[in-house]
Amino acid sequence: MPSRSVVIASSVGLHARPASLFVQAVTATGLPVTVAKEGGNPVDAKSILMVMALGAKHGETVTLTAEGDGAEAALDSLVELLSRDLDAE
Amino acid sequence: MPGTEHRTFHGIGVSAGTAVGPLVVVTPPPVAPADEPSAADPAAAIAQVKGVLEDVAAGLEAKVQIASDHAKPILEAGALMARDPGLAMGIENQINGGLGPAKAVTAAVEEIAAMFLSLGGYMAERVTDLQDVRDRAIARLLGQPEPGVPTLTTPSILAARDLAPAETATLTTETCLGIVTSAGGPTSHTAILAAQLGIPAVVQAVGILDVPAGTIVAIDGGVGEVTIDPSDEEKELLAERKRRREAALAQGSGKGSTKDGFPVQLLANIGTADDARKAAGTSAEGVGLFRTEFLFLDAETMPTVEEQTKVYTEVFEAFGDRKVVVRTLDAGADKPLKFADLGEEENPALGRRGLRLGMIRTDVMDAQLEALAAAQKATGAEVWVMAPMVATEAEAIWFAERVRALGLPKVGVMIEVPAAAIRSKGILYHVDFASLGTNDLSQYTMAADRMQGELAALLDPFEPALLDVVALACAGGQAMGKPVGVCGEAGGDPAVALVLAGLGVSSLSMAPGKIPAVRTALALHTREQCQQMAAAARASTSPAAARAAVLKMADPILLDLV
Repeated sequence: MPSRSVVIASSVGLHARPASLFVQAVTATGLPVTVAKEGGNPVDAKSILMVMALGAKHGETVTLTAEGDGAEAALDSLVELLSRDLDAE
Repeated sequence: MPGTEHRTFHGIGVSAGTAVGPLVVVTPPPVAPADEPSAADPAAAIAQVKGVLEDVAAGLEAKVQIASDHAKPILEAGALMARDPGLAMGIENQINGGLGPAKAVTAAVEEIAAMFLSLGGYMAERVTDLQDVRDRAIARLLGQPEPGVPTLTTPSILAARDLAPAETATLTTETCLGIVTSAGGPTSHTAILAAQLGIPAVVQAVGILDVPAGTIVAIDGGVGEVTIDPSDEEKELLAERKRRREAALAQGSGKGSTKDGFPVQLLANIGTADDARKAAGTSAEGVGLFRTEFLFLDAETMPTVEEQTKVYTEVFEAFGDRKVVVRTLDAGADKPLKFADLGEEENPALGRRGLRLGMIRTDVMDAQLEALAAAQKATGAEVWVMAPMVATEAEAIWFAERVRALGLPKVGVMIEVPAAAIRSKGILYHVDFASLGTNDLSQYTMAADRMQGELAALLDPFEPALLDVVALACAGGQAMGKPVGVCGEAGGDPAVALVLAGLGVSSLSMAPGKIPAVRTALALHTREQCQQMAAAARASTSPAAARAAVLKMADPILLDLV
């Protein structure tokens, strides 16, 4: 299964507005996507509750996986999203 | 029916005025039945819960349209949570694991809530929103009315255990004649909101929830009296009180002063630019407390200097040449700010809050002072800036230097910590004025958490120990020739206001709706009478005795005002 690791760039970490933008982007891909912190269990990336409950902070690394047609391209775009400071935008 | 029979009982009056009307009871949250069996058909139960969650989301979205700007994001977040696939998956697992639908919702929410709580801070606060979604879903599953404030179609009196900010978002004075709660205290959200809207309210009315919905009740938000099924005679008495109150209020006008012309400025407490515009239209002589943190409670990141300057300019413009006392961010404890969160504390009320937080997050403090200075220059307004939670001279010096360096005309401190009251003379040597925050001063003097309604009796503004501490603070002001005002809820009680005037305070700041009654009370008494009442209150052995002593010495018209 394709996967990518990315460092959270948003200054507030992956919660509040950045989490909401991320979940919206995941939902738009139409693919099953998971997100996990290092050493943690993967959670459904379409769930804002699960994503926020990860508690991924600024500078921490998360791993994304996706399945299905276009999974590689979808992961690339999600990695690009998390590499930006979404809170500043 | 039990509970409907005629009787009268007492709570604490927190917003003066009288009302008679049918009781509407705010439904308490439902609980999943302990004996709920496993779902016979798990697939059908899962589909049922998903349908219910969608209904909850749609219901919250429908409320967004009529909610205040403050409540909109809370409702939108709730709708998002109800539709969350992670929550649905958790519930599905619980049902497949052998729980009935209502228990499955409870267990799944509990699991996510535990994760949120372990993260603390901002995330821990979202637990309330999550539990609200749970309560609404369970009510629908059990075929009960949704918890919370029902939509009021006819003018009614609202009864609840206590009201949360989200629940009061849709209340208006047209349909909500009065509020009675069984819990809460004089500084609870319910009390503050009711006073702002001018809705008569009684808190700590234990037993009100046993009264069936639809029963006619009469309330007096001044004395804290609730009468179930009032007789025509009692209704007439209440109407008579209302007429006398209105007549008494009509006597006062102009600036606040005692009968013999000793001035006591009557100022408004505000939290937003909207409050400022409303308060500017009243007879308030200015603003005694602009709670700036209310502008930032929902902000994820620190508002820029430009954004802040814009809001401050709007507030200053609304008041023209009337004075505006601005309190710098009072974050921490019960009002955490997301962008200035120092993490969880064992004892937040005694922790790094108020100026203590400002001295750590100097970036936040400096940005705010810069914006205040810019707005002051742009408007030429009479701006006084004060810091919350000052305890020592060193803190006062630190703050005064920063404020004066920016050219702001007046700098002061809040006196909320007994240490600052005891040594007010030393503190006032360094600043231009002080303002007594009686809510916190009371909590710290009595070591009683003001968020705990059960401790309300210890937080009575007539508490002689509190009055002694206020007297100390005023003595420091007199020695230095500098003004000491009051900006806590206590100043809005006409009887307490007389005592405070007698102790020597120079201004009283309160919810604008309370100003007319305080103005009338002051105009009926000389400064010397106020001083005698203050002495009698301080010589009493309990808050009740202090209040009784003051009312006995006061003009009888005062009884129509309280």
